[in-house]
Amino acid sequence: MNELFAFWQYDFMRTAFFAVLLIMPLFSILGTMVVNNGMSFFSDALGHSALTGVGIGVLLGLSDFQWPMILFALLFALLMNRIRHSAMSSTDTVIGVFSSCGVALGLVLLSGSGSFQNYQGLLIGDILSIGEADLLPLGIALVAVVVLWGLCFNKFLAVSISPTLAKVHGVAVWLYDRLFVAAIAIVVMLAIRWVGLLIINAMLILPAAAARNVARSMKSYHGLSLVFGVFSGVLGLLLSFYNDVATGPMIVLVAAAVFFGTLLIGRKK
Amino acid sequence: MSDAVHLHTHAPCGLHCLHIDGLAVRRGDHTIVHDVSLHAHCGELTVLIGRNGAGKSTIMRAIVGELPHEGRISFSGHDGAPAPRMPRCGYVPQSLALDPGSPATVRDMWYSFTSRLPVFLPRRRRTVENMMAELARFGAEDLADKQIGQLSGGERQRVLLALATSQKPDLLLLDEPVSGIDNEGLQDFYTLVDRLRSQDMLVLLISHDLRFVRTHADRVVLIENGTVAAAGKPEDVFRTAEFAAVFPEAAEGGVSG
Repeated sequence: MNELFAFWQYDFMRTAFFAVLLIMPLFSILGTMVVNNGMSFFSDALGHSALTGVGIGVLLGLSDFQWPMILFALLFALLMNRIRHSAMSSTDTVIGVFSSCGVALGLVLLSGSGSFQNYQGLLIGDILSIGEADLLPLGIALVAVVVLWGLCFNKFLAVSISPTLAKVHGVAVWLYDRLFVAAIAIVVMLAIRWVGLLIINAMLILPAAAARNVARSMKSYHGLSLVFGVFSGVLGLLLSFYNDVATGPMIVLVAAAVFFGTLLIGRKK
Repeated sequence: MSDAVHLHTHAPCGLHCLHIDGLAVRRGDHTIVHDVSLHAHCGELTVLIGRNGAGKSTIMRAIVGELPHEGRISFSGHDGAPAPRMPRCGYVPQSLALDPGSPATVRDMWYSFTSRLPVFLPRRRRTVENMMAELARFGAEDLADKQIGQLSGGERQRVLLALATSQKPDLLLLDEPVSGIDNEGLQDFYTLVDRLRSQDMLVLLISHDLRFVRTHADRVVLIENGTVAAAGKPEDVFRTAEFAAVFPEAAEGGVSG
């Protein structure tokens, strides 16, 4: 048993542990509506825009890229959302185009300034490098998302079930639609440095997707998503520590295992 | 269904009349609906009839704001006075594509549309009882814990009707279910619509059941080629040449008795 808790003696592991306890609930909650709205490609494309955000930061000569990343992602998300709704071409095409542009523009900006090598870490992320001071923005984001859920969840759900019926019932559909998209953009940009562009969407989607396989109500959907998210996060962190492999991907593998497990259980019902 | 005799003795209400003037809906260069003007009154059942594809559902979708439109849709109070507030609407669409994999139950859907407290938190007993009573009016109380994506066509219609009427709407818009609902379900639907007339609301219905329309509608609007071909009391509309052109079988005596 003592060996299991050996990680606790390392500062970086303790901080990473707390980071997982903030990031996974954050993703598990937001993920429920991302999955329910069929927006997993959307959030994936959003993650890709992080490269451009960093590129802009480099171009402006900033030392901290958090703000340009968040601002660009907000702009990117709202624009992509607008075009997604106008249905001039199919949704997955629009999102694919945005995703490609987000990556390409970012790579052009970064290679132009000759600094791409310095930012390759963004692709994979490193949760073990998180410092105590970095926990604060994640904590604030978690509180903000919980408050947002408390105030607006029913509206989000109504819009998700049927925008038309929601409108008839007096819900300002356009407002809640944008509010949700903005929330995903901000949270993804706050966490991407630690979990990486390549797998952030898997972490956002998998706990909720697994919960959806077996949940029978919105209550169990949220409850299970939180349980699966935190379980995958903690187990993935420990497995990566004791096997000396990358943490983020390990968390994703555990979450994927949970997903396939619930898929089997859900099928039997 | 003899409750209908109370129809014209309703108490005055704030929102009396729906006016639609020169409504047109276009999609690109294609005009789906044009020059539609109609008035409907509180406590009355106004029925839109016509061929499939004539534009009935499009008119209704324009009224609820789902489709962009030209023309005016307005409400007035009694004696033509301006409406004192925005009308509350209830709407049961012809078909509603509900995500078959969604974990949301009827209960979740109900609370999301009718309350602020997040649906996953516990409710007061009275709130639950109220919802159950509203669902029970449409024989849907057993469906509260069923996932919305798993409802049959008829079940979905009953739940949507209960939801639409629970908010005491001024205007109730019902688009007849034409698919995913069996004959028995359709009869239930009309029985329920008939019951609603005794309440103080303006009901606008799209129907293909001419027998029902003949005996129960207060006003009939015949839609053909995207516009109003005839409007008035059922017996008058059913006698027009326009009606005979659209429903030749019915005009030859099928539902005239």
